[in-house]
Amino acid sequence: MTVTEHERAFITSTLSESRINLEIESDGMTLNLGPQHPATHGTLRIIVKLDGEQIVACEPTMGYMHRGYEKLCEFRTFPQVTTLVNRIDWLSHFANEVPFILAAEQLMGVEAPPRAQYIRTVFFEMARLGNITLFLGEMGLQLGAMTALFYAFRDREHVLNLLEAVTGGRFHPNFDRIGGLKDDLPKGWIDETKAVMKKIRGFCDQMETLVMGNEIFQTRTRGIGVIPKDVALGYGLSGANARASGVDLDLRRDNPDIAMAWKHADFKVWTHPDGDSFARYWVRLQEVRESTHIIEQLLDGIPAGPIMAKVPRIIKVPAGEAYVQTENPLGWMGYYVVSKGDLGPFRVKIRTASFNNVSVLPWVAKGLYVPDIVTVLASLYFILGDIDR
Amino acid sequence: MTALFALELSYWQETVLKVVGVLAAVLIPAGAFVQLFLFKMVSHLQSRLGPMEAGPHGSLQAIAEVGKFIQKEDIIPERADRFVFKLAPYVVVMTVLLVYLVIPFGPDMYFANLDAGVFYALAVSSVSVIGVLIAGWASANKYSLMGAIRAAGQLIAYELPLVLAVVGVVIQAGTMNLQGIVAIQAQGEIFGWGAIGNPFILTQFVGLFIFMVAIQAELTQTPFDMPIAESELITGYMTEYSGLRFLLFFIAEFAAVGAFGALAATLWLGGWYLPGLDFDANYMNVVGPIILFAKIMLVAFVVFWVRFTYPRLREDQLQAFAWKFLIPLSLINIVATGVLKVVF
Amino acid sequence: MSSADTGTEVTEEAPAVDERRDAIVAAVAARLGDAVVGSHVEPGVDVWVRVTRDGWAEAAQAVHDLGFTFFDFLSAIDWYPNIHGKNEEPPTNPITVPATSAELEHGVTGGETRFQLIARVFSPEQKLGVHLRCDLPDDDLSAPTWSRIYPGADWNEREVCEMFGIDFPGHPNLVHLYLPGGFEGHPLRKDFPLLARHVKPWPGLVDVEAMPGEPDDDAEAEGSEAE
Repeated sequence: MTVTEHERAFITSTLSESRINLEIESDGMTLNLGPQHPATHGTLRIIVKLDGEQIVACEPTMGYMHRGYEKLCEFRTFPQVTTLVNRIDWLSHFANEVPFILAAEQLMGVEAPPRAQYIRTVFFEMARLGNITLFLGEMGLQLGAMTALFYAFRDREHVLNLLEAVTGGRFHPNFDRIGGLKDDLPKGWIDETKAVMKKIRGFCDQMETLVMGNEIFQTRTRGIGVIPKDVALGYGLSGANARASGVDLDLRRDNPDIAMAWKHADFKVWTHPDGDSFARYWVRLQEVRESTHIIEQLLDGIPAGPIMAKVPRIIKVPAGEAYVQTENPLGWMGYYVVSKGDLGPFRVKIRTASFNNVSVLPWVAKGLYVPDIVTVLASLYFILGDIDR
Repeated sequence: MTALFALELSYWQETVLKVVGVLAAVLIPAGAFVQLFLFKMVSHLQSRLGPMEAGPHGSLQAIAEVGKFIQKEDIIPERADRFVFKLAPYVVVMTVLLVYLVIPFGPDMYFANLDAGVFYALAVSSVSVIGVLIAGWASANKYSLMGAIRAAGQLIAYELPLVLAVVGVVIQAGTMNLQGIVAIQAQGEIFGWGAIGNPFILTQFVGLFIFMVAIQAELTQTPFDMPIAESELITGYMTEYSGLRFLLFFIAEFAAVGAFGALAATLWLGGWYLPGLDFDANYMNVVGPIILFAKIMLVAFVVFWVRFTYPRLREDQLQAFAWKFLIPLSLINIVATGVLKVVF
Repeated sequence: MSSADTGTEVTEEAPAVDERRDAIVAAVAARLGDAVVGSHVEPGVDVWVRVTRDGWAEAAQAVHDLGFTFFDFLSAIDWYPNIHGKNEEPPTNPITVPATSAELEHGVTGGETRFQLIARVFSPEQKLGVHLRCDLPDDDLSAPTWSRIYPGADWNEREVCEMFGIDFPGHPNLVHLYLPGGFEGHPLRKDFPLLARHVKPWPGLVDVEAMPGEPDDDAEAEGSEAE
């Protein structure tokens, strides 16, 4: 294993600060979790300084999949960027497109017609379903309960099929356009979707008994990786991770002015006071349930009308700056878009959820055991593309 | 075994026969577990089909897997302790083979009829931890080392409840000979009613429960699979093994399920005997192995069912579970058994 | 975000005056005094406050005390024009490089220098965010670190450091975050070329290939199919 100079300096400096090692003097062991390690699902690398199995210091190292999206965006036109940002968090595909499109629309002074807003919101929530159902199973896998993952794949398939029926793409729909959507919904899709929502709720019940209700799961997650509220805020933890620490923030509710249809749905924002791994799982499970209800309500109230606003064929975005942030499946995702009146953006800063969510790891991992770091990582739920961009 | 065929065999002929017999006794259950439980049962539990291509309904997949492993390159890490690294899988496999020696398959169907058969089986089965430990150490890999040390800690902790659970049976049976234990279960009576004999599952169910939990840990199956935990240690001590050597570990793992399943079946479920059959008849030498095999499958089914349902504990939680719950419980079971033995 | 924060009604038109955001600017200005050199309120949408570099750390403390405890992001903007162009055919905008940094085209809050830091923090109580900006002198690209006030700024500053070459004195561990240790240059600066585009130019804005079955009206489609 190669440890670069700064990594070694970091490890030794934290080692001397550590309380644990003052009690038991030993050389310890440096363990390299990743870049190819199943718990880091992707190419995250975590250098862990161990004392026995207890973690003295840990430093995440990334960049193994850095694709330079912020630079690439500067060389593309506005409509071309959506193809790119689809791949940031590849499980939330559609949800990644939305804030960028909204930012461009905000700069242009365009607003999508109501029907497009509804369909956008429905797809956004379906991206959430597809993403978080996988989390619910995958967390089980990281703890050794393999069956949960297959159930998750089974039921996520229904959601992907629905997306495919409309967009033609299962993973990267690239369906959102500045000013609206590419197409309308096919016939019979709404009834089909409502049936799937029932299946997803059934899946939630199954996960509640199979994974969350399991005593071993609770022993492994309760009180492990506790993130207090102020730490969560300081590190910028967002989404379910923040809500599991008692931060009552949900941009779907708290940011009603963006052109999305959440304001027309009635849903509850769940929070949990504990801030441990179990709370994060619990909050996400409730979130999936709420999400299915949101989709059902929106499909009931979906208005008729056009799906595309009047936009020029060649899209030139007026000069200006806009920052739009939405509550993505993993947390807050925002695009800071600077335009100079060109065909393409001048600068795009992509604020991704996982980046901030994982930055808390060195703080939270201290004093944990090696198996717990897997639990905590799984419960923080990151997608590597969302960290590395 | 020689008596079965009523032949006078010379020593080397007998040895060859026994070697072939042990290999069959090890490989047939192991292959059956892999094919039936690991491939098909689990797939259907997880709402998928599993392997479907090799043979009808994928029934030859286990053989295809063996072919695959044999073809693979045998990689030895550069910094590994080569001799010990190569030795480790054989140590593990050998212990499993040795356990099978004392399992009775029929009235005359056994490889060795030891007076202290229970003692021998439990003693030999715990040797495998040495193989695991040297495998982890010789791999020159931190994950392997951690896995091996976890395995050592875990197997030692669970050896105690395993033995203590068996002590209850031994007290009730009054013998440590496995053949004798089968006979006592077959000829026992429940308050004067002897139609189904007296399998010890009826009286020693606490012991069976402890034994099942303990073998789950001994076999490093979930929820006690920390030594091989895929999502943490990437199969622990087996990380660096490939090809045939990995296959040996693989066979040892599943053959060990068979060995412990056979022990559980013999000690609690009446062994190779089923009520209503003639205990001493010659045909039992053919029917007995089939009955025992069915009972092994039953035990193994429970093992794999639990394996694919539960998440995994943490190492310290596992130790706490062994020392604070299982061992006191098994001690209480022994005391209760002893008291009842004296009373009745 | 409008001042009528009822959550169900959408204001038809953004109000011309945004009291809540104006109050934020006023509160920050009251705390920092002369350090605030510019601000911009987009009514019902967003707010920007530009501070001097000396007031950068103080500004973080100020907004933190004002209840903006949620750290959103910290980044930088290079206002230098994209001198390498976008390899479009034909180039959409001619590239002009001004003589001094002050003549560069700056964003909503104006600016003097080539590089600007931008950070955003959020108030969980008010449900409002505020952008903070500061100019960095061209000859001394450094700014005080925020990582003691907002721990989340740690990684963001590391990223800015490697991507723009901006130093953050006081940062505990200012090393590369994404890039390999020996990487030369600062990729997000505008004078850093996107080599992939130079090696193989982007097929361009115009996809002239017609869909199967459609009449190939090149003359009409050319230059108009932006997607």
